[in-house]
Amino acid sequence: MIEKALRGGRIYWAWVMLLLVMIALGLIFYVRQWNLGLGITGMGRDVSWGLYIANFTFLVGVAASAVMVVLPYYLHNFWVFGRITIFGEFLAVSAVTMSVLFIFVDLGQPARVFNIMLYPSPRSVLFWDMIVLNLYLILNLIIGWRALEAERQEEAPPTWLKHLVFLSIPLAISIHTVTAFIYSGLGARPFWLTALLAPRFLASAFASGPALLIILCLIMRRFTKFDAGQEAIQKIALIVTYALSIHMFFFLVELFTVFYGGIPEHMHHFQYLFGPGGQPLLTVSAWIALILTWTAFFLLINPRTRRIEGTLIYALLAIIIAVWIEKGLSFVIPGFIPSPLGEISRYSPTFAEIIITKGVWAFGFLVLTVLYKIAVSVKEDLSI
Amino acid sequence: MKRRDFLKIACFSVAGLPARSTLDLLSEKAFPKPSRKEGQPKWAMVVDLKACLTKPGCRTCLDACHSIHNVPNIDNRKDEVKWIWTNPYKEVFPEHTYQFSSVGVQTRPVLVLCNHCDNPPCVKVCPTKATFKRDDGLVMMDYHRCIGCRYCMAACPYGARSFNWKDPRPFIKEINRDFPTRTRGVVEKCSFCEERLVRGLKPACVEACTANGLTFGDLNEPDSQVRRLLAFKTSARRKAHLGTEPKVFYLV
Amino acid sequence: MRVCDTWKIIGGIVIFLIVVLSPIWYNALTGRASYFPELKLPADERKCIESAPYMRANHMELLNSWKETVVRTGERAYTAEDGKIYNMSLVGTCMKCHSNKAEFCDRCHNYADVQPKCWECHVAPKEVKSEVIGHRSNPPPITDYL
Repeated sequence: MIEKALRGGRIYWAWVMLLLVMIALGLIFYVRQWNLGLGITGMGRDVSWGLYIANFTFLVGVAASAVMVVLPYYLHNFWVFGRITIFGEFLAVSAVTMSVLFIFVDLGQPARVFNIMLYPSPRSVLFWDMIVLNLYLILNLIIGWRALEAERQEEAPPTWLKHLVFLSIPLAISIHTVTAFIYSGLGARPFWLTALLAPRFLASAFASGPALLIILCLIMRRFTKFDAGQEAIQKIALIVTYALSIHMFFFLVELFTVFYGGIPEHMHHFQYLFGPGGQPLLTVSAWIALILTWTAFFLLINPRTRRIEGTLIYALLAIIIAVWIEKGLSFVIPGFIPSPLGEISRYSPTFAEIIITKGVWAFGFLVLTVLYKIAVSVKEDLSI
Repeated sequence: MKRRDFLKIACFSVAGLPARSTLDLLSEKAFPKPSRKEGQPKWAMVVDLKACLTKPGCRTCLDACHSIHNVPNIDNRKDEVKWIWTNPYKEVFPEHTYQFSSVGVQTRPVLVLCNHCDNPPCVKVCPTKATFKRDDGLVMMDYHRCIGCRYCMAACPYGARSFNWKDPRPFIKEINRDFPTRTRGVVEKCSFCEERLVRGLKPACVEACTANGLTFGDLNEPDSQVRRLLAFKTSARRKAHLGTEPKVFYLV
Repeated sequence: MRVCDTWKIIGGIVIFLIVVLSPIWYNALTGRASYFPELKLPADERKCIESAPYMRANHMELLNSWKETVVRTGERAYTAEDGKIYNMSLVGTCMKCHSNKAEFCDRCHNYADVQPKCWECHVAPKEVKSEVIGHRSNPPPITDYL
């Protein structure tokens, strides 16, 4: 079926070429980082995780969100999602690939990456993250590929496929829970040390991931013959609405505990992020994320604006950007500022860091493009 | 379907490649264990805060440690590497200073270093066990194994760890040829001078201190000086409420 | 494929084999196959901690196990085959005798295009300018390396 990705129109190849150029640029700067060290990024002794880990956190959420279309269809026979589960699964594959790549480019000694398997450390959350992420990646690849093949041969998928799907559902929850545990198990970082972190992550993931899925379905409707269908898109939009509401509620709950509890150590990070005196880049993005979230919320809870595609698209894009900020920069960076010794540092990503980040995104989108092209081609062939 | 069967077989064969290291892993080869010795020490350090006051601007212990361990001297806060340094009192012990404390007290320099905790969060989170706790209480770094993920830096509540953001060698004024440097991409920190302890010497900072401010000893030895200091003087530890059980004590 | 094409195919295979095997027949014809780098041995010590054939075959694994043992257990005493005890240290033991890295370690490593990463951290003893690299007329048997 891979040969289907090698046939396409002008726009398809222009897009692929653009992605390849961005990947090449990312690689060039990555070679520089390999030789000179991570010092070419904006990370430092105090803020030791930055743009790479921020993107990793966001993308694990997007990967987990495939469960939002898979669960209703496979567990509850919600047939409306039947045509798009493949796109959810392939989005998960692409997102996990990017997550793993972001971890890789963040390593100081990437040549030693297999040490994490040679010297297993069950007490380390990163070890479990590696296991569940890789398992989820392989699982979704197998499920997606085999289901697509079954569709192409116009026969029922094998019975073992359903068992694998059932496995992928708790696994999807686990990848984002384990990723949240990376942060929420650290007594040293009060900004992250909250039991609510895993639920917050999942809620924001289930808002942003399906939002991205809808955007991709709309792109497919515009550029290919595949139409996900109004009902499917509206149902996913409804899921996004509920997830967004829960996500906002969780955030408000967090604010209450932090500020009513009043422990200075806990409040300082929020005050640095949202209040005056912080780093402008960080504070402005944090407020933009809040404004976008609330705007999207009001656009989505109103059924009229949710049904009109124009306003729906704005709301969904707003959610994706807002969650990217909230789970990325606004989450990772303030965890480190103030430092354990109360020092304020600055973090701004460097040019090299941004190009490498874009390169990884481009690679993920290339994987996504290839997989979606194959899926769409199979469906287009069948409908003829 | 012959090509696909071939590919399937190839994939499964490749999956068998790590067979040897898996077998090594399951045997004892991958994890050399130290011989169990009777009477393992439990190393700890006591810092007398008043001693530094007698020598304002003193850097003797800092320079001793950094010079013999080839710690690079990088001049900016972003990339700097430090194993032992001073911070103002109000930042090291925020619970001990208030708005009524004098500026002098608040800015008093306090020596900070890795606390070699008994319950180290950095060891817990390391995905390769590149940082590990030895039986004698030292929290060690294996620079060969570290993959540079910096999870330990996020987990340390004391900010004791530094990362080599670039090649440290150009920034070392005079290399001590008897001790290795580190390379870019690994985390490093104070080692309680493990290489000196094995020769029966005290850590370099303790020996270098001219104000008698640093005491190093064995907590398992009831008669040791550290035990006597802790028994008869008031002392504090940094962020004790976190349960890390640090082994650097400060006489307040 | 026509019958008269067979000779083109066979000819192509022969040319391919000649090109691909060129390192072997070139070395054999020009006598470079017997090249072996000359190592400058320490002046005062006649014996390494183990025998030369053993060290040639196993020094990598030996150093690896020293690295694991010293760092992870703190134990530094190595008992050689002959019962003598040495300190497990690359710079402290090995380089004390083989003090010129460029004329000893690097000679074989450069020849075999091996780039051990030890020197990224471990500080080699101060190097003396090396002479022209010669080659030995009586190389050690290949079985030493197997």
